[in-house]
Amino acid sequence: MELLLIFFSAAIVNNFVLSYFLGICPFIGVSNKISSAFSMGLATTFVLVLTAIVTWLIYHIILLPYHLDFLQYVAFILVIASLVQFVEMFIKKVSQPLYSALGIFLPLITTNCAILGLALFIVLRDYTFAEGIFFGLGAGVGFTLAITIMAGIREELELADIPESFRGVPITLIVAGILAMAFMGFSGLITL
Amino acid sequence: MTDTLIVALTTMGGLGFIFASGLAYADKKLRVEENPLISQINEILPNANCGACGKAGCYDFAVNVVNGTMKVNGCPVGGEDVASQIAAILGVESDNLIKQVPRILCKGGKNEAKNKSIDYVGPKSCSVMEVVASGDKLCDYGCLGGGDCVSACQFGALFMNDNNLPEVIEDLCTSCGLCVKACTKNLIEMHPIDRRVFVFCKNHYDPKKSKEVCSVACTGCGICERISDGGIVVKNSLAEINYDIFYSSNFPFEKCKTNSISHLN
Repeated sequence: MELLLIFFSAAIVNNFVLSYFLGICPFIGVSNKISSAFSMGLATTFVLVLTAIVTWLIYHIILLPYHLDFLQYVAFILVIASLVQFVEMFIKKVSQPLYSALGIFLPLITTNCAILGLALFIVLRDYTFAEGIFFGLGAGVGFTLAITIMAGIREELELADIPESFRGVPITLIVAGILAMAFMGFSGLITL
Repeated sequence: MTDTLIVALTTMGGLGFIFASGLAYADKKLRVEENPLISQINEILPNANCGACGKAGCYDFAVNVVNGTMKVNGCPVGGEDVASQIAAILGVESDNLIKQVPRILCKGGKNEAKNKSIDYVGPKSCSVMEVVASGDKLCDYGCLGGGDCVSACQFGALFMNDNNLPEVIEDLCTSCGLCVKACTKNLIEMHPIDRRVFVFCKNHYDPKKSKEVCSVACTGCGICERISDGGIVVKNSLAEINYDIFYSSNFPFEKCKTNSISHLN
């Protein structure tokens, strides 16, 4: 039950993108097509879950016993960078079109604050291993949800008659703001 | 103190080692062999990623050139220079290297085209004029003279002449085609630079109305069709040149009464 609460809290109530404003750059940058947005969501989810697993293990097995918790940022960033590098290789091998659709935003997952944020939240909130995994999964699902909804709206916006000065980035930011407001409706539903 | 230092160093070194070996293994397993020609060509390209070639960017263009789906001269910004270098790399003949330039297919400036009984005094922009009663000229097909093509050009290759019509400075043109998109009347077309004969009119009015609105309009009289052996056809009251079979050398230009079919001056 606790695990499910953590999952839904990370995915919807305290959505990483729309409540914590973490990981905004791919959220704006890759959200112009549903298919590539969804793939970006999956890639980020993959990295989030693996990061949760690996950083928890490193923190609790290596850093804490040897009193090396001052190394957590370096260690976490090393983990994240390696995982993203791996995901990039994997996507380039498996799907060349997806690789070019994600473009620069794929390596930028490295510095996606959602991921370092996740690793640090897990430490800060003292989650157990299972909790950490569910938290990572929830964050990933929440990110995928947010970016896919955004892409859906932006695909519709392509056809809308928007005043010229609002076209492109301005209307995207406005939509993001309204979307964040909508997600604020969930706030307080689960407090963790 | 020294203990902590040693432990910290070994830990980070160990972690780095583990991840590095993991990635090295993954790199071997997941390596994608890429045609080396692609990166060679990509280096020659202007790398402005402007999309003028119709591809997503310079790299995409390079991929398509190597695959043979784009011609070596497909990059309009790079021009002949880049085209011949690409041709050299790919070992093919660089055919059809002629530069493309925009041609403004309307000669109805303020001296030729008649105005409506109103004068337009709003912002000097074609897109605005288009909305306001389609401009102040009687001809709905002609150049509005607002200069949207001039402001669209990032290379200063277009200017408005004394007759309030845009003119192309061929030397400055990079063939990017932005002016073509900017023209609200679709009067600008890209043509090979050595093509000098055009129908400088786009109106589809009947002969009477054509003559009324503009002194250099194509009236669709059809005389060109009869004397050009199929090189020119009149469709929907407008002459159209079929450049595949049209020979300008023996065409009697003086037969076109309004002079809308003529040499570029």
